[in-house]
Amino acid sequence: MIKVSGLTKDYGARRAIHNLNFDAQQGEIVGFLGPNGAGKTTTMRILTGYMPPTDGEAIVAGYDVVEESLEVRRRVGYLPETVPLYTEMVVFDYLKFMGELRHIPNVDDRVDEVLDMVGLIDRANGYIGNLSKGMRQRVGLAQALLHRPEVLILDEPTIGLDPGQVVEVRELIREIGKERTVLLSTHVLHEAQNICDRVLIINKGKIVAEDTTENLQARLIGAERVIVRVRGEVDELADTIKQVKGVRSVETKEDGAVEFEFASGKDLRPEVAKQVINSGYDLLELRPLGMSLEEIFLELTGSDAKKK
Amino acid sequence: MRNIWTIAKREYDNYFNSPLAYVVAFAILLPLGIYFALILYVSAEQALFGGGVPESTPINWLFVFLMIFLSPALTMRALSDEARMGTLELMLTAPVRDFELVAGKWLGAMLFVLSLAVVTLVFPIILDNLITPGIDWKVVLSSYIGLVLVVSALLAVGVGISAIFTNQFAAFFSTLGLFFFLWFMISLPASYLQESGEVLNYLSLSNHFSSSMNIGTINLGDLTYYLSLTVLGLFVGTTAIEIRRWR
Repeated sequence: MIKVSGLTKDYGARRAIHNLNFDAQQGEIVGFLGPNGAGKTTTMRILTGYMPPTDGEAIVAGYDVVEESLEVRRRVGYLPETVPLYTEMVVFDYLKFMGELRHIPNVDDRVDEVLDMVGLIDRANGYIGNLSKGMRQRVGLAQALLHRPEVLILDEPTIGLDPGQVVEVRELIREIGKERTVLLSTHVLHEAQNICDRVLIINKGKIVAEDTTENLQARLIGAERVIVRVRGEVDELADTIKQVKGVRSVETKEDGAVEFEFASGKDLRPEVAKQVINSGYDLLELRPLGMSLEEIFLELTGSDAKKK
Repeated sequence: MRNIWTIAKREYDNYFNSPLAYVVAFAILLPLGIYFALILYVSAEQALFGGGVPESTPINWLFVFLMIFLSPALTMRALSDEARMGTLELMLTAPVRDFELVAGKWLGAMLFVLSLAVVTLVFPIILDNLITPGIDWKVVLSSYIGLVLVVSALLAVGVGISAIFTNQFAAFFSTLGLFFFLWFMISLPASYLQESGEVLNYLSLSNHFSSSMNIGTINLGDLTYYLSLTVLGLFVGTTAIEIRRWR
């Protein structure tokens, strides 16, 4: 449904995205994860036909975003990050206008239907300018869903919503994602984990990690990471710990401390402690490092910065 | 085509949400009404002394003259405000051609001004009832065709300039400045240039209405002038939108 190859976009001298490659299948919810300014919005704007890429190719719903932009735009529902709306318009009239531009038959009925889906039916006759941020977000979402698009591109869909609404909107996206392709961006990792089948982590215009949510979860929670510190500078500490069965990815930190991982389920800390003491070291610290989603994220996005 | 109409309809409705449009309507209709009353008064006095029959069409000349100053206010927000508010992103990701968007904005403004022009039809109707044997409706028709053409050109250029700017006041003053130049100034050097000055005379906005269509003569040169300006304005607007995409 979405196929991106070698996508690059320059804003003047600044390279916003660099050689992106990914795809998304029908019935898949793909999360686009990254810090602000990573290139999420730029990528989405290219996929929705808002602007052409500097280089590379993107096929959305079977059409090239540059060559057949109108065909792509007919099949894509888009919720921009800033949720631009005609604030001087009435909610119903606005959606009807957008529906007419998309030549939707029985547009009045369809507008009622989507207003019901996003829970705004009682505000149909209110001015958009008088709505709260969360409600505007939902008007934007209604606009994106109006024409039953094959591909739904949502830029930060839950931002500005209160917790109850966040749950509702996520539920709605999950429902839509069963049959259609959804690409959503977020910087809330928990959210990506919650609704996405697959997650792309993007930083500084490049994809730094791509994985299914399960795998990512396994990487995040499936292993427990522990830091060991002993008195004095001990070079062989890492080797000592490696001897314990089940221990993996052992590495020595700059300050002499050693970090290692083991599969969650069986706690290897007592064994490691015994091994360290039996080898004659004074054990100072043996502490689990709770690898939070945020830390994994920071590590992934930070490691890229270090390479440069 | 359908999209142009959809956008024009929204634009037209939108004018009635804006106090500015009412100000413009007021600023056109009030002077016209006063002017008409004055003409009637003067003509009635003249008639007592055996003067001629009053003309029905100078009113439209004033309408066009006021549009030079007021039409930039109608078009300044057309696309610049969409860019500023971010709603341009909605339009540019909807299945709408850039030209359809620009043409829709222009048509919406046209419909608004045409509504005002329809209101001004009361003046010839009143006049027709006042004098015998009535007025020459062919001249009125010619004058209104001319009015529509001038307005079409002004609004197209205004919408085109509005697409270039993100700030509505920048769009307003650029449009106003250009109209001022085309109406008052461009033909000034013509008298010194003799033969070659004809080009400048042709380019002048003011030379194509008052002395031709407004008095009942429609000629190809004037038609071409206004239609070219209309096409040029819409072309500039469409190109400006395309450039925005590539930036």
